[in-house]
Amino acid sequence: MNQTAKGLDRRSLLAALGGGAALGAGAAAGLTARPAAAAAAKPDPAITEVQDWSRFLGEGVAAHPYGKPSKYEAHVVKRDVEWLTAGRESSVNFTPLHELDGIITPNGLCFERHHGGIAEVDPAKHRLMINGLVDRQLVFTMDDIKRMPRTNRIYFLECAANSGMEWRGAQLNGCQFTHGMIHNVMYTGVPLRILLEEAGLKTNAKWIMVEGGDAAGMNRSIPIEKALDDCLIAFKMNGEALRAEQGYPLRIVVPGWEGNMWVKWLRRIEVGDQPWHAREETSKYTDLLADGRSRRFTFVMDAKSVVTNPSPQAPLKFKGPNVLTGMAWSGRGTITRVDVTLDGGRNWRTARLDGPVLPRSVARFYVDFDWQGEELMIQSRAMDDTGYVQPTKAELRAVRGLNSIYHNNGIQTWLVRANGETENVEIS
Amino acid sequence: MSRFRKVFAAALVMAATAGAAEAGRLGLGREALPEEVAAWDIDIRPDGQGLPPGKGSVKEGEALFLEKCAACHGEFGEGAARWPVLAGGFGSLKSAAPEKTIGSFWPYASTTFDYIRRAMPFGQAQTLTDDEVYALVAFLLSMNDVVKDDFVLSRDNFTSVKLPNEAAFYLDDRETAEKHFWRKDPCMTACKDKVEITGRARVIDVTPDDKDKSMKVE
Repeated sequence: MNQTAKGLDRRSLLAALGGGAALGAGAAAGLTARPAAAAAAKPDPAITEVQDWSRFLGEGVAAHPYGKPSKYEAHVVKRDVEWLTAGRESSVNFTPLHELDGIITPNGLCFERHHGGIAEVDPAKHRLMINGLVDRQLVFTMDDIKRMPRTNRIYFLECAANSGMEWRGAQLNGCQFTHGMIHNVMYTGVPLRILLEEAGLKTNAKWIMVEGGDAAGMNRSIPIEKALDDCLIAFKMNGEALRAEQGYPLRIVVPGWEGNMWVKWLRRIEVGDQPWHAREETSKYTDLLADGRSRRFTFVMDAKSVVTNPSPQAPLKFKGPNVLTGMAWSGRGTITRVDVTLDGGRNWRTARLDGPVLPRSVARFYVDFDWQGEELMIQSRAMDDTGYVQPTKAELRAVRGLNSIYHNNGIQTWLVRANGETENVEIS
Repeated sequence: MSRFRKVFAAALVMAATAGAAEAGRLGLGREALPEEVAAWDIDIRPDGQGLPPGKGSVKEGEALFLEKCAACHGEFGEGAARWPVLAGGFGSLKSAAPEKTIGSFWPYASTTFDYIRRAMPFGQAQTLTDDEVYALVAFLLSMNDVVKDDFVLSRDNFTSVKLPNEAAFYLDDRETAEKHFWRKDPCMTACKDKVEITGRARVIDVTPDDKDKSMKVE
């Protein structure tokens, strides 16, 4: 873990950016230059007038038994793209990444992808069955599972189709839509290994199939090595029970691997000697390449990053000091470095990673920079501890063609115009 | 209590829980009854494991499909609105608009059986009898020219059905095919001469706007 503010030195960062004065462009409409020592023309009523909240009593402790964000944050919500799917029961919504910071996604903002709507499972009636190539076919209640040794781990979950709409070219203006099928959560759960050992694996056990109790009966095959390595059977997220839309009361956590495998409302694990080739690992979530052939079992999510601010939904508003931030993750391991360019990839600088940097978790990065209204072409480039470097979209397409849909981890470009407006573009 | 007696007592406690503990187990959960496993074990594999007894004809499947499936998938599996297209698309996988159907793309017929049995009809999952699932799979295979119109699909002949695109799938090879993405010291300065914008999302203009209340705010 790395929780030190590595290289946090504002002065040298500003110097590295070439100095604000040298870049000075013409003043743009709607932008405010706010030098640190600007003098106020007249007293600020936010200070000189007593505000209602400073005078009158607020609500008491019984007003919000389960707290919600301030009413001024009501715009911070998941969004969907209606044209994307035939109906909303088998569809997806997107996390507002541009409104979040740090590494943890709040439970209420974790994107959702369902194939048969949200199952409202009564935990008293929920069962987990293990059957197939085991010494003992077993049934567990939620009470049983909560009596097993448990652990806490922070992992990202990224849908294999995240950025899928961008395979052929820039399409959606907002990192919420281009990259919002990811969340990063601390799970509490039982290592799957413990459950499998409780049942006793036969020597020919090579794969497991996990199955949900929802109306899609979602099922996926997972190699036994992964199942015994780091998979969790989780019942809590960020300290509280899983949300219904995230699989309450039980889901499998498959660290670093595509989100579709993290079956929600988990009711059954079958142990077998070969994969099942279920719909979601054949018809879907396979990678169709230019030659008409397809990769299967592309489980690992490669290293990827995105700048969340500025971005189309979060334009630059002020000249002078600004904070560029974003997130980076790798299913293969731990993020070791993120580079950022402001000039479309001509020159790069290494961003500052801040907060916990953990394996198969989102890492947060920052570049504190000075902006004088010049046009920017912003990109970020993630690297992980296997030496993998996030490719450009052109490099990805050179290998995979234009029909892959899934596993698009190409470098994203945001164009910041002189007035601060920011748009999704592709560049040479 | 003497030290000896303490050790002895501890040994007794351990012996009492030896069954599960000796095997490294917790002894939690209970054995599943055969009826319980049978009720939930609905998955089908390409080698036929899991197939229930039963059979169904293309003709029976056609009637069922029109009644229960065609509203979304179209009368011939051609798809309505944005619901999945199930038939056709042959030769389209290399084109700019690949049509990934059971016949053109799916590697195994068993996937069709497994998926229909567990998830279809959409919103009425697990209401079909086994014979009805056989019939629907038979009909979809015929719509994809995999079997003839008089075909009757059964547990006995199921694994003889092969889909044309099976051989086009291969295992994840990114670590070799994309080995060049593992690279030392990516360029940091003067990496290219000029940069041109080659595409803009705003040209397509499909982003939901802020006023679009496409999702209800609680």
